[in-house]
Amino acid sequence: MAQLTYRASVSLAIAQSMRKDQKVFFIGEDVGAAGGVFKATVGLLEEFGKERVMDAPISEQAILGAAMGAAMTGLRPIAEIMFSDFLAVCWDIVANQIAKTRYMSDGQINIPLVIRTANGGGSKFGAQHSQSLENWSMMIPGLKVVAPSCPSDVLGLMDSAVKDPDPVIFYEHKSLYAFKEEIEQTDISIPIGEANTLHEGKDITIIGLALMAQRAKEAALILKDKHDINAKVIDLRSLVPLDLQTIKKSVIDTGHVLTVEENPRLCGWGAEISSLISEHCFKNLKGPVTRVTTPHVPLPSADILEDNTIPSVELIVNEVIKKLKGE
Amino acid sequence: MVDKLNDDIGEEKRLQLWEMMLKLRLVEKKAYDLFLQNLIKGTSHLALGQEAIAGAFGVALKQGDYTFCTYRGHAHTLARGSSIEGVLGELMGRQCGLMKGKGGSMHLTDVDKGVMGSYAIIGAHLTIANGTALASKYNKTNEVSVCFFGDGTTNIGAFHEALNMAKIWNLPIVFVCENNLYMEYTPIHEVTAVEHPAADRAGAYDLDKIIVDGNDADEMLRTAEKAISKARDGKGPSLIEAKTYRHSGHSRADPGKYRPDEEVKDWMENKDPIKNYRAKLLDFNINEKIISEIEEKIKDQVEKATEISMASPIPEIKEIYTDVWANGGSEWHN
Repeated sequence: MAQLTYRASVSLAIAQSMRKDQKVFFIGEDVGAAGGVFKATVGLLEEFGKERVMDAPISEQAILGAAMGAAMTGLRPIAEIMFSDFLAVCWDIVANQIAKTRYMSDGQINIPLVIRTANGGGSKFGAQHSQSLENWSMMIPGLKVVAPSCPSDVLGLMDSAVKDPDPVIFYEHKSLYAFKEEIEQTDISIPIGEANTLHEGKDITIIGLALMAQRAKEAALILKDKHDINAKVIDLRSLVPLDLQTIKKSVIDTGHVLTVEENPRLCGWGAEISSLISEHCFKNLKGPVTRVTTPHVPLPSADILEDNTIPSVELIVNEVIKKLKGE
Repeated sequence: MVDKLNDDIGEEKRLQLWEMMLKLRLVEKKAYDLFLQNLIKGTSHLALGQEAIAGAFGVALKQGDYTFCTYRGHAHTLARGSSIEGVLGELMGRQCGLMKGKGGSMHLTDVDKGVMGSYAIIGAHLTIANGTALASKYNKTNEVSVCFFGDGTTNIGAFHEALNMAKIWNLPIVFVCENNLYMEYTPIHEVTAVEHPAADRAGAYDLDKIIVDGNDADEMLRTAEKAISKARDGKGPSLIEAKTYRHSGHSRADPGKYRPDEEVKDWMENKDPIKNYRAKLLDFNINEKIISEIEEKIKDQVEKATEISMASPIPEIKEIYTDVWANGGSEWHN
């Protein structure tokens, strides 16, 4: 049993995949010699050498293009985009090329690659280095979207992402890099598309992702201790494919649903979940599905501004009380 | 004057090139006819007049090599040996098409022939072609990747990112700029800082400045073979600028009226690669009967392929939902 940080689990997960399969290589900016700007890839260059751990120029299109082309031949690249915000400068490669080439080629081409990227707020980096962008990739057919909330999920989901024959965008949360967990076994695999229950409860279903799933869990502990409310917390772990069955089962149990999203309000993933629940579980609902999101604003930088923009544990607690007790 | 004594190309390869270019020309003409009959929908970007470039590379490349082209890619696809009915069928949206109607004119793909796709967003495929080249280097195999693009591509960021990466990693790749003098509807000099949009940028990436008459099939073949050998020998990337001219407009929607009549006439009458190559074959004392037999053979192939395509069924509606994922389906939730 060892304690592992989310940060260390990233480099370990990549290393485990690279040890298992010679076809796996890793490419990104400052990922090798520097070990990554978040120090999440320390040691990889030393273990695997320059041929498999490639420090690339600041050229996000060229990085993802090269990863895509290599994947088309059967290699299994892991490409890093340093901040998810930078996906905007290579979005053509992601949304037009990587996502659509399999379909347009009538299945002649598989693109088994992983795009890892540091996502989300909490670091006071301002609006261009803090966005929560998982919904961008969710709306593009052909992309799988994964966002782990803890070290064991990083290990298990990375294993599956690298083995997946389709392109996977792997959103690591910046504010979780220091998150620690006791881990018994590191070489694990978790199927993409299976949600995880972080807290059991029958009164309400709270659905979260990445940092918001962890905050929802903290909120559930407070709700239980101080307000006698038993909340079930579902960590989606992946948006595509989506574990709708787990959501449905829980909604049938509780009848109340709150989604907790870090993205701005409009077209956040919670809107799709809410729509699916209305469609599939309308008769089981005891009230409207409601959403906690950041307001529909770019993310501000100052402590007090950022802290009051991203949904907090306190906000989640208050929203649940308001829903269930009308307070 | 031709130097028959010091002929480095030879009759066999010349006839191969002749047959190849003729096929590209006649299929493209057929595509135009089918458009006029409304049997091909959507848009099309014809490469009429530019056949010597794709043709020369088609002859010079080996099986297993990778090619990437643009939305103006019918010719480059055929040049790798893809079937005519595969191309025309795709344009017509038939089941016999290379992608059974899923991709259309701008996305022709035939992986078995090394045709790694036709790309309709300017610049993207230069970066992707680096990826297949990187894979060849990674796997220590000796395939070469060739990436064709237009002059307009030289003003987009991906062009510059891709050239830099290819150079620093010494990738086995050949970038081929088909300079047809117009960036879509606009003359190059009006929107570009340099006269030679690709070649004048080569030095910025420590690459040789290579400009070739892209309508001289022999010169094109020599240039292609040299760059391909260099890549295959592990000596790194090349950037070729081939000067050419499209006989028609940018796309189906464009009659090309922005080009001076005299200029169009000069290129059509004096610089047509097919017409000139036929004359060159005769200069090399190749029997006109052989030349004509090849013409008849290709005409016949195009007609037969057209019949096959027209007889091929349209796709089944259920195809909409296939092949998003490697499991063959399109499901996004359980």
